[in-house]
Amino acid sequence: MDYDEIGLKAGIEIHQQLDTAEKLFCRCPTRLRQTEEHTGEFFRYLHATVSEMGEIDRAAAEEMMDRRQFRYFTYDTTCLIENDEEPPAPMNQEALGIALQIARTFSMHPVEQVHTMRKLVIDGSNTSGFQRTALVAMGGVLPGGGGVETICLEEEAAQRVEGSTFSLDRLGIPLVEITTAPCMHTPEEVQSTAEYIGMVLRSTGRVKRGLGTIRQDINVSIRDGARVEIKGVQELDLIAEVVAREALRQTNLLAIRDELRARNATVDDETHDVTALFAETRSAILKRAKVVLAVILPGYAGLVGREIQPGRRLGSEISDYVKKCGLGGIFHTDELPAYGVTADEVAGLRAHLGVADEDAVLLIAGSRERCECGARQSRLRARLALEGVPEETRKMLEGGSTAYMRPLPGAARMYPETDVFPVTITDADWTAVTVPELLSDLAVRFEEELGLDPGLARQVAYSERLPLFRSAVDAGIGATLAARTVLATLKELGREGVAVERIAAMDLVLVLRAAEEGRVAREAVPDILGAIAGGAVAGDAVEAHAGGMGDEELSALVRRIVEERAAFVQEKGMRALGPLMGVVMEEARGKVDGRKVSEVLRREISRLA
Amino acid sequence: MSEGYSTGDIVAASCRGHPVEGIYITNRDGMAVIKLGSGYNIGVDPDSCTLVRAAPPAAPAGEFSVTQDDSLPDLAIISTGGTIASKIDYRTGAVTSRFTADDILRAIPGLSTIGRYRSEVLATILSENMTPATWQALARSVHDAVGDGAAGVIVTHGTDTMAYSASALAYMLKTPVPVVFVGSQRSADRPSSDNIMNAMCAASAATSDLGEVAVVMHATTSDDHCAVHRGTRVRKMHTSRRDAFVSHDMAPIGTVDYPSLEVRLSDDAVRRGHADLALHDRLEERCGLLYFYPGMPEAVVRAHEGCRGLVIAGTGLGHISTACIGAVRDLIDAGTAVVMTSQCLHGRVCDRVYDTGRDLLAAGVVEGEDMLPEAALTKLMWVLGNESDPERVREMMVTDLAGEIRRRSDHGL
Repeated sequence: MDYDEIGLKAGIEIHQQLDTAEKLFCRCPTRLRQTEEHTGEFFRYLHATVSEMGEIDRAAAEEMMDRRQFRYFTYDTTCLIENDEEPPAPMNQEALGIALQIARTFSMHPVEQVHTMRKLVIDGSNTSGFQRTALVAMGGVLPGGGGVETICLEEEAAQRVEGSTFSLDRLGIPLVEITTAPCMHTPEEVQSTAEYIGMVLRSTGRVKRGLGTIRQDINVSIRDGARVEIKGVQELDLIAEVVAREALRQTNLLAIRDELRARNATVDDETHDVTALFAETRSAILKRAKVVLAVILPGYAGLVGREIQPGRRLGSEISDYVKKCGLGGIFHTDELPAYGVTADEVAGLRAHLGVADEDAVLLIAGSRERCECGARQSRLRARLALEGVPEETRKMLEGGSTAYMRPLPGAARMYPETDVFPVTITDADWTAVTVPELLSDLAVRFEEELGLDPGLARQVAYSERLPLFRSAVDAGIGATLAARTVLATLKELGREGVAVERIAAMDLVLVLRAAEEGRVAREAVPDILGAIAGGAVAGDAVEAHAGGMGDEELSALVRRIVEERAAFVQEKGMRALGPLMGVVMEEARGKVDGRKVSEVLRREISRLA
Repeated sequence: MSEGYSTGDIVAASCRGHPVEGIYITNRDGMAVIKLGSGYNIGVDPDSCTLVRAAPPAAPAGEFSVTQDDSLPDLAIISTGGTIASKIDYRTGAVTSRFTADDILRAIPGLSTIGRYRSEVLATILSENMTPATWQALARSVHDAVGDGAAGVIVTHGTDTMAYSASALAYMLKTPVPVVFVGSQRSADRPSSDNIMNAMCAASAATSDLGEVAVVMHATTSDDHCAVHRGTRVRKMHTSRRDAFVSHDMAPIGTVDYPSLEVRLSDDAVRRGHADLALHDRLEERCGLLYFYPGMPEAVVRAHEGCRGLVIAGTGLGHISTACIGAVRDLIDAGTAVVMTSQCLHGRVCDRVYDTGRDLLAAGVVEGEDMLPEAALTKLMWVLGNESDPERVREMMVTDLAGEIRRRSDHGL
């Protein structure tokens, strides 16, 4: 697809959790918990409130009568602030400091006085019914000329356990929201920009790592299309695919629009009750339904079933709207006969409604109330197809296609958070903010200064365990040993279920130094680290593996093995090294360094050969 | 310069060299607060602001009329202010109390399914600014509303001193119908506010078989039910939780389930129609409440010279230090009625166990039985407002007038 030709424009919002000691507006730790660990629960209703200007209309009044019940899990690591039972603490200065550091890296302009706002969110993910958020800096630059519009400091929402049950451990963890300008024009550019911003964030060394700690919302439009916001893309690798599929979707929706217009297609205002036609049907869904309603779309035949994204059709888009009424979806004549509906039934339906071949018919089945809502919604979406691409918020489906979530919010409903005083950022504060070394630069420096090979240098620079590596190198441990240990050894141990996060930097240094000095075998390092992670004192763990085999003992062992196989050695010469290495290691593994074994073995073989 | 801008003006400003444009909100602490198009507020240097265009004239406030269902009970809402009637002051950013009772109906449309309402704004003050004069005005308003046929009265009130007002009214009013105080702990501008549930439960309690002054507030942190507390036995026991109100030394006199709004009254609750409507609104304001602490100089006690009444929240069974007893004796000799209550809040005063207690009794201190200190204070104000004979005062202070004294202490604590 020629993205230039279709006029692709995209921007991203990156939400990254910060690794602070305490939450943004309370003093709880930023620790995630297992839901089984919850120590209490309560439930609440949320109600939409009167807007800050005191405006109210009938729709809002109706909405306010809506009771939405939510259940919340509490922990010994959450407090009354998460419960919405205590006013918030002042803004966490550590979090603000990190946000400013990120802002400085993007050459942004910090605001002089940061005001905390309340953004209404009544889906239950915030006990208060709003998310606290504050604009910290504006107007940054990206390499390649793009722009960062804003950086906001926000509190993380509560995590949904299931349905309307939420867990309060995550609520209030500080996160930064970085919003770029709509400055990207290809899917790959969006992905590489997200990668770059992610790298900058990690360069601070003060962001949370792991799944769910970073999320991207992507805004995409094409010329003649419309702005669509795709929420919550967690996998970086899928970003380009999501953008490409959205561009494809908008292109196809525009093509459908053109075709509909060429056909003078319309949407019929009348809803037809066709329940009686399906009285004897073998379609389980239609048979079970109290009511089956039909909506006629003159001129839509063939287009409702046309694919607009992998696995998605205009029919799926109509279905998404209908699902808002509590229905499972729709049937349409482009896909029938199917789902137990026979060709005869379709023909009967067409005859009954008197529709032409170029017309499509939608079937909506369920309770009367829901079906009537569904008929309205399906007409709404079908009409939007005549206009092209609707502006909307969408959610990502597996693979990178998307489904409708809700309309784009209008002007943000934002209120001042009256319980938090504004925070002034003085010139002195701003000047004191240090710019972290970018991980990309760090990798180059590791190559140059530590002699690591480029791949390893990059891997270790970008690794979550960079601080461990740095501690080891600073303590004089060889860079390659340190890098391989933090990257490979700890990773493998972690995979085996060892709690590697319990290994302190000073303990790692102790173990690696013992290995370097030959007091323990390098082969023993994983076992020793495993013991430490399991609670052993580092010194004891090293001792337990140290001195397993002294130089003399090793020489005696090797000499014995070589002499026992004298004929083999004399026949093979140095080629006996490999096979004999295995024999020696069977007895020496974990007690002595493999390199040392190899050295002694070589000496003994050459003596005999 | 920012002087002369008014809220709503569109201004351009510079945020450390970055140009911004937004709605001018106010000047606060030397900064101009402006609202950007994204909805975010920021503070900028007022000197960097220039006017882009003046605020459009304010749109006229929408007319609002509450639809009343004539078949429902006639209820009165008397608004005094407080968090339940609070709203963000967009200019200062603080929460202020300025809702009228109509606003409450507007904010809580569900109320219209429970009763038809007449409303009165008695005050729009934070509850710490209440005075005995406000309690008197409130008692008169409630009396008038009931006299006019209200089947129940709802008083919206700030939670901090709600227990004082409720107990004051319990002495001043004889009521045949429920007089229900209600407030909220979380402000009405947040979707999670407890105002809706509290108000709905209060309205339901106001239509119930109750016939006394009560406080209706969340019973737990969940939105599951409200407790109905007797006005003279209730106390705010938490600064911020929605279930802050607790009945002391007795169970709540009822519950209201939510969202069913079913009211269950206990056997203790005084029933509708039990008393004839009467108002006795005299109060003696020259009364004090003194919280004793170890090491308190007797001068603190003497500072109450000239008071007609003094309630002491003493330690334990009802004590103050020996050093202060002389001052108490002098106060009593000079005509001040002194009533002893306990900082323990739970339990009954007994000054016959220890020496200091006996000295206090000898000095003429009245044992305040199991009264809460604030209920004893409002009672003393009312008693002294209506009675000057010291012996009669003493007698009334140890007699249960409005459920503030229990003759026996239940085992159930």
